[in-house]
Amino acid sequence: MAGVLHRAALRTSRLLQCSKRPSRYHNGSLFFSTSSRRPLMALTGFTETQLTVRDAVSQVCSQFPNTYWQEHDENERDPTDFHATLAKDGWLGIALPEALGGSGLGISEATMMMQAIAESGAGMAGAQSIHANVYATQPLAKFGTAEQLESTIPNIISGRCRVCFGVTEPNSGLDTLRLATAASKQPDGSYRVTGQKIWITCAQVAAKMILLARTTPLEDVEKPSEGLSLFCIDLDRSKHSGLDMRRIKKMGGRAVDANEVFFDNYAIPADSLIGEEGQGFKIILHGMNAERCLLAGEALGLGYAALARATQYAQERTVFQRPIGMNQGIAHPLAEAYMRLEAAKLATYHAARLYDDGSVPAADVGVACNSAKYLAAEAAFAACERAVLTHGGMGYAVEYDVERYFRESLVPRIAPISREMILNYISEKVLGLPRSY
Amino acid sequence: MSTLRILVPIKRVIDYAVKPRVNKAQTGVETAGVKHSMNPFDELSIEESVRIRERKSAPGGVEDICVISAGPTKAQETLRTAMAMGADRAIHVEVKEGEDLEPLSVAKLLKAAVEQQKSNLVILGKQSIDDDANQTGQMLAGLLGWPQATQASKVEFGEGDTVSVTREVDGGVETLKAKLPMIITTDLRLNTPRYASLPNIMKAKKKPLEKKTLADYGLTSERRLKVLKVTEPAARQGGGKVEDVDGLISKLKELGAL
Repeated sequence: MAGVLHRAALRTSRLLQCSKRPSRYHNGSLFFSTSSRRPLMALTGFTETQLTVRDAVSQVCSQFPNTYWQEHDENERDPTDFHATLAKDGWLGIALPEALGGSGLGISEATMMMQAIAESGAGMAGAQSIHANVYATQPLAKFGTAEQLESTIPNIISGRCRVCFGVTEPNSGLDTLRLATAASKQPDGSYRVTGQKIWITCAQVAAKMILLARTTPLEDVEKPSEGLSLFCIDLDRSKHSGLDMRRIKKMGGRAVDANEVFFDNYAIPADSLIGEEGQGFKIILHGMNAERCLLAGEALGLGYAALARATQYAQERTVFQRPIGMNQGIAHPLAEAYMRLEAAKLATYHAARLYDDGSVPAADVGVACNSAKYLAAEAAFAACERAVLTHGGMGYAVEYDVERYFRESLVPRIAPISREMILNYISEKVLGLPRSY
Repeated sequence: MSTLRILVPIKRVIDYAVKPRVNKAQTGVETAGVKHSMNPFDELSIEESVRIRERKSAPGGVEDICVISAGPTKAQETLRTAMAMGADRAIHVEVKEGEDLEPLSVAKLLKAAVEQQKSNLVILGKQSIDDDANQTGQMLAGLLGWPQATQASKVEFGEGDTVSVTREVDGGVETLKAKLPMIITTDLRLNTPRYASLPNIMKAKKKPLEKKTLADYGLTSERRLKVLKVTEPAARQGGGKVEDVDGLISKLKELGAL
């Protein structure tokens, strides 16, 4: 068919023209592939906008093939150009208000975007390189003053400055309310921050941090949820600023940095406070449910990517004169992985819908978002593990990508909240069982 | 110089990365449940139109970029994509799934649209990757009595409504010069189409999309051609290896080729 020839020619010519772009078709299997790119995930039930987002983001991501992510993972190099490309086309503003240069869509669409990013082969690394810019900005957009918004949000959307999220601490872990980083008010109204944060993704490349710190000591408040405040601060790395950070070596998602961040009497201006002093925890809860949804989406993307690779391999790999996918020992676990992903997908987009709805009680949104995160993480882990096993020895080779997906699939199981804490939450809040801790 | 009113006809086709399969009845290729997207050559047409505006390369400027597509309701998605890339507005001519128009019918429809929209430049893909007819642009030029420059790899505007179009031909490049109004069909090396940005995707939802039927243009879909049968190309026979040149010669002799 002439059409096939033209298509091949078209791709080749695009390749020639796009030599400046990141290796678009470096992956040999993509180069001459004419196989169907139909995704495994069922697309029924999504809104037109969600599908448009999925298509458009996938197209942008196709400039960054698996080889790009392999290299960045191996060299622990930040995917700066990936972040810049998404920023250039306005994707970082997906869930930010139109008045500030965003697109005013909801978490349902943002979740779809994060899923499409992870599913493209970018995995958790790609997702995490932009993740905080999408959700940590939610409380800022909702509770910030007009001046705070105008001076930060447009720069975040355009990609000029990147954001990280500073909540977790080494000594409090999931017990967020006991966090010890203190911001003490100075006579001139500014603050001085002292304390330590850990697992701060992208702190090395970020210009801003959304910081949760204690402004009233734990002893002086009635409830531990009081006395915390949220700040949007600049990260000044100059020598005696009182800010230091150290990169943590880690298992997966090595392209993005994760850090220990140390504050020692670090000065921040009065106007970096978001909302009212002491209301930080309530404000940040707003971002946390959004984060659960996005992470669930990222996990799903990773799971579907792994499942697609495993399925393709099972079809192509011939042993004993037949494709290994003909063996039920290979096929059934993949079929099961698919069903788990589909179920988790329904839970995820249900949660995102509740979040966006706005009229659903916060407790119900919390239950849905936590359940979704749990289910999606488990489904993704199962799919990634199965993808490695389906590939046999080749699953252990970097070249086949599934080992990278597998390493990264541990992230959504652990962060931003462990499986066990979600189970505690559901036991207590939904089942009404007594709290164990 | 005249202000440009550009008409860009586009088509929704099976995605270029999908391997088409012949349907069971052998009347065409399977389209149900297959990923569709904009004909890649049409992406080039839109990109070129938008660049003419952005780079102010036409002395008279660009007043309007209108995309038009004849096809099933889903063609509206493709029109939205075109508007997200930068077209101002769209016309959708509803044609039922499976009742594909032949190039001549499309050309007649476009002639009517050109007259109605007062277009003075039509930029269209040299062909669509489904039937690869490569006829519509030429037929449209014939019907309108306008000059045509097909398979453009470069478009430049001069004084007094002149347009120079470079096209790649066997043995080199050829440059044609013509006056507006005219027809240009696009080829691969004309440009690299952009990805639609999110804000533009959102804006495209609010751009006007007119819904029309063939009857609105005084046309009916007549079929002059009849597809008898569509089949897969015969599977290729495996080749054979020979040891050396002597082996090759004796093999050729054996096959009666020498």
